[in-house]
Amino acid sequence: MSELIVPALLETLYMVFFSTIFSLIIGLPLGILLVITEKGGIWEKSMLNQTLSGIINVLRSFPFIILMILLFPLSRLIVGSTIGTKATIVPLSIAAAPFVARIIESALKEVDRGVVEASLSMGATIPQIVFKVLIPESMPSLVMGITLTIINLIGYSAMAGAIGGGGLGDLAIRYGLYRFQTDIMIVSVTIIIVLVQGIQLIGNKIAVSINKK
Amino acid sequence: MLIRVENLSKVYKNNNEEVYALKNINLEINSGEIFGIIGLSGAGKSTLIRCLNRLEEPTEGKIFIDDTEITNLNKKDLRNIRSEIGMIFQHFNLLSSKNVYENIAFPLELEGKNKKEINERVKTLLRYVDLEDKKLSYPSQLSGGQKQRVAIARALANNPKLLLSDEGTSALDPKTTKSILQLLNRIRKEFGLTIVLITHQMEVIKDICDRVAIIENGEIIELDTVEEVFANPKTKTASEFVSNLKTNIEEEIKYEKKPESKLVRLGFLGENSKKPIVSNMIKNFDIDVNILSGNINELMTTSIGNLTVELLGKDEEIDRAIQWLTKENIRLEVI
Repeated sequence: MSELIVPALLETLYMVFFSTIFSLIIGLPLGILLVITEKGGIWEKSMLNQTLSGIINVLRSFPFIILMILLFPLSRLIVGSTIGTKATIVPLSIAAAPFVARIIESALKEVDRGVVEASLSMGATIPQIVFKVLIPESMPSLVMGITLTIINLIGYSAMAGAIGGGGLGDLAIRYGLYRFQTDIMIVSVTIIIVLVQGIQLIGNKIAVSINKK
Repeated sequence: MLIRVENLSKVYKNNNEEVYALKNINLEINSGEIFGIIGLSGAGKSTLIRCLNRLEEPTEGKIFIDDTEITNLNKKDLRNIRSEIGMIFQHFNLLSSKNVYENIAFPLELEGKNKKEINERVKTLLRYVDLEDKKLSYPSQLSGGQKQRVAIARALANNPKLLLSDEGTSALDPKTTKSILQLLNRIRKEFGLTIVLITHQMEVIKDICDRVAIIENGEIIELDTVEEVFANPKTKTASEFVSNLKTNIEEEIKYEKKPESKLVRLGFLGENSKKPIVSNMIKNFDIDVNILSGNINELMTTSIGNLTVELLGKDEEIDRAIQWLTKENIRLEVI
């Protein structure tokens, strides 16, 4: 069984790792923009804020499976294929990015307005406030948010298996469901549970250890 | 003169209704002075102090600091001038993710100073505010007074010539308030700093301010030296603030007025509070003096005494005594 499980696990880890990185690359700047451009923010731009917020809401409304199919052309453009683990990273990253943006937004919003004001009174620039105040001050919440994103992506990646993405979800469906090999189903699901538990545990530990509040 | 505020107004639009947070404020604050702005909450004092470094944008009017027109600066120049103005806050506003050392280093880091410079400056400041042993502690591990001392050190990091205090002692207990005020006073003396502070506590004004402006409904209703406002408050709000500090003042009303007597409230200022006025009065006039209540408030530069007395005797003797008191420059009020 392990000759099936091990490659599938590696595929899952590969998908989740890279889609986490890419969704952060897209989502982090969006989340920052949402916070600084809002009313009363340090770079107030109402139009931009509302447009961004609208786009994010639309993207988040799509069921993941539909979004994935819609993004097939983009996958082909970027990785040259629509199936396989690599191709799945594209829709996974894009599906998770708006979620990441909202998570980052809510984490940054927790930063005390007074601290931002104090930084302004010291003559800090907008980038200085973002990178030296907002992000370090909200680090524990950001870590919790990223943990949540990884766990969500494990779930999404299992679904992605259904359309040729590979990984543990794919294994559970192909062997467990279609071929009635319940043992493989149980093992795959158990591994996913262990992954989720482990990541949550590590996330909590890190968040607590960096929280100085 | 260091700060000049001309015709400053701040208007908030609220459902097409214009609300004046500040109305036509004119002020001059001298270099090296501790200038207090007192008012009840919602009076506009916080808006006023925030206008000085444009954390709040004024709607109308001009502000000059040492001939630089603050209200006219572009964003870059404004940032530069802000780094020369220190500011402390009611809730300290320290970075919770940075320790004491890093918090004090923060404004220097923003200025792009090198590590060695930062290290020297922070060490000096830590010694100055007496927190050397706490340099690796995080704000959450400090008491309110310690946090404010860190905030003061941070505000001083760039050698400002002006320090703004936005209710800097309002979240502290009376004893800690005193120690923070002493620190501010020491800073003013040693660095020749100008301090502008807002507060709703008359004790703060009394303890360290040279001059005070009383603000109500966005307007300055009284502005004078602290001695003058204490000795001779002109508006109702001012006398309320002053009388909050006086003890027993309300009790005198309970005393019944007897025939051939007058209740008089006497105010002594500076030199007068050291003279034996009451004893002279008894010797010179054929009256008796019954002391009902009294207190002395120690101000920054002088002391103010308040005494409520009952003068017993013939009407004309009492009147003569009162005339004599007026001539001796005693503030006097017949109740």
